[in-house]
Amino acid sequence: MQSPLFLARVQLDHLIRTLAEDGYQVVGPTVDQEAIVYDEISSAADLPVGWTDIQEPGKYRLQRRDDEAYFGYVVGPHSWKKYLFPPVTLVASADRTAAGWQLSTPETEPPRYAFLGVRACELAAIRIQDRVFLEGPFIDPTYQRRRAAAFVVAVNCTQAAATCFCTSMNTGPRCTAEFDLALTEIADGFLLEVGSNAGQGIAARLGTQRATAEQLEQGCAARQQAVDQIRKQMDTTGIRDLLMNNLRDPQWEEVAKRCLSCTNCTLVCPTCFCSSVAEVPDMTGDHVDRERRWDSCFNIDFSYMNGSPARNSIQSRYRQWMTHKLATWQDQFGSSGCVGCGRCITWCPVGIDLTEEVAAMRKSVETMANSSTVVSPGQEERES
Amino acid sequence: MKPAATAHPHNPWLAHTVRIVNIASAAPGVFMCDLVFEDPAAAGEYSYLPGQFNMLYLPGLGEIAISISGDPDARACVAHTIREAGNVTRALSQLPVGASIGLRGPFGSHWPVEQCRGRDIVLVAGGIGLAPLRPVVCHLLTHRDEFGDLTLIIGAREPAGLLYPSEYEAWRAHGIDVQVTVDRADCSWSGKIGMVTNVLDRIPLRDAGQPVLMTCGPEVMMWYTVQLALGRGMRPESLFVSLERNMNCAIGLCGHCQFGPEFLCKDGPIFRYDRVASILKVDDL
Repeated sequence: MQSPLFLARVQLDHLIRTLAEDGYQVVGPTVDQEAIVYDEISSAADLPVGWTDIQEPGKYRLQRRDDEAYFGYVVGPHSWKKYLFPPVTLVASADRTAAGWQLSTPETEPPRYAFLGVRACELAAIRIQDRVFLEGPFIDPTYQRRRAAAFVVAVNCTQAAATCFCTSMNTGPRCTAEFDLALTEIADGFLLEVGSNAGQGIAARLGTQRATAEQLEQGCAARQQAVDQIRKQMDTTGIRDLLMNNLRDPQWEEVAKRCLSCTNCTLVCPTCFCSSVAEVPDMTGDHVDRERRWDSCFNIDFSYMNGSPARNSIQSRYRQWMTHKLATWQDQFGSSGCVGCGRCITWCPVGIDLTEEVAAMRKSVETMANSSTVVSPGQEERES
Repeated sequence: MKPAATAHPHNPWLAHTVRIVNIASAAPGVFMCDLVFEDPAAAGEYSYLPGQFNMLYLPGLGEIAISISGDPDARACVAHTIREAGNVTRALSQLPVGASIGLRGPFGSHWPVEQCRGRDIVLVAGGIGLAPLRPVVCHLLTHRDEFGDLTLIIGAREPAGLLYPSEYEAWRAHGIDVQVTVDRADCSWSGKIGMVTNVLDRIPLRDAGQPVLMTCGPEVMMWYTVQLALGRGMRPESLFVSLERNMNCAIGLCGHCQFGPEFLCKDGPIFRYDRVASILKVDDL
């Protein structure tokens, strides 16, 4: 990677225009519905200039900054998965003909997206979904096409929310790879790093300068500020066994008393990938689309089988989500399913904090181990 | 930026058009459905191993995971034995011969038939659980000399629920010890009454460490079968079970069929017992 360049503040528009000229649909942060969400943008004026977000468990508020920063917020309820793994995707179609059903899959050209403002935790999330959709025995064609066509402009965090814990998950806050371009916002513009040939091609047309030592210093300080602001931690030591060896721990019951099983955490999670295919016939019934829609392990019918749900209780559904995210994901895909972005904490309507639940589980397991009433796994097994 | 592509070359969402060539009741609430591919090229490419399943698709109604119950060596048609359990299976049961539906597959893991050469095999089936074991039986019949003692224990709630009863004599004639038991007999029944474990408890094992056991049926039946087998000295690594969860995509991408760390559609449905032993009895997993 070459030494960082400096992109003047007024040139950000130039970057957006250049990407658009190259045929990319530029999507980035914008203020809508009282939140910073990702949507199509056409100029830097669409960005959340001068806005920041205040986040706590169960709370998200926009607030005016005392400067005009473009990227002076953390992460909102959207993640880039809505573009790579869209909430509704056509996966196949069926047409009734005299000779029987003709079955097909869509062969449409994917949209070419340029993502502007991808944070380090989000780069990690994309990498995790790559493993799910591209690196198993079957490849998802929708994800594959969209992913291959996408251009990524990362943005280094210069501040953190109270819900951030990327440093515990080793996913940030610094963007180190997996981007085409990366920006660090400083006083009069941006430090610009190039991460790919495609990124080099765009950077060359932007009228950048070599960054000065002072600007590099400013960038370091800005990025360090994000690191320093991260207070939340998750102790991931032995977390797989902690959860999987204690599937009957009473702590699951405790969290189930608060969890509403509303699915918010799974929808805002940048790595959650559960879905269901729905049949969508037209009025004649002669043409049927098969639509894949985001689903959630918190929906009661998600595990429906032979007349009843396998996971009938909130306790069992929360356990499924948490053990999958933090434990069995490692067995399945070789990494944690959590990137420490904190969205599930912010957007939980009752403020359940994943990091606190891990700590509570640790404590509960210790208490159980020290308690004289502990039962061995053999005794615990119910006769059915 | 472009992750390397691996594996399966076809679009995994593309179903093949297949036609029903035979559809008939097999037991109360259970029917058999034989399918042939419309496209000869697809038919030529299609092959499966015992224990694998297909996704059968009725446009407008949905897709269901159905294990293949035919002879893996008989390529002319693909046989399924289906219990009427929901909208799709009920609608499928009403279709006439000649109707076209969709098929994706085969998917999933398979019974370890190839690794069992030279060994004794015990098959334990409960109810509809005989369907995914029938391809094993077919394979054993065709390659009888390659295996040791073969025992098939079939259990059903009542005599009418027994699958493929007309085939048992032929299986016996080809050297499989077929033992049948029912939970509740009627006046026509002169065979065994009781659970499959009662039968398993009494069959002779030449050398308990040597035989392979494959079982498919209700989870509780498989659990007691496995515990009894272990109690009789069989080895955990020689026991195989077939698990069931809701399957939606069959390609490990939708999350529905997760069972602890396993995706039943791609890691299962057939598992070596010791791989899933620790999670098998966790409630609501």
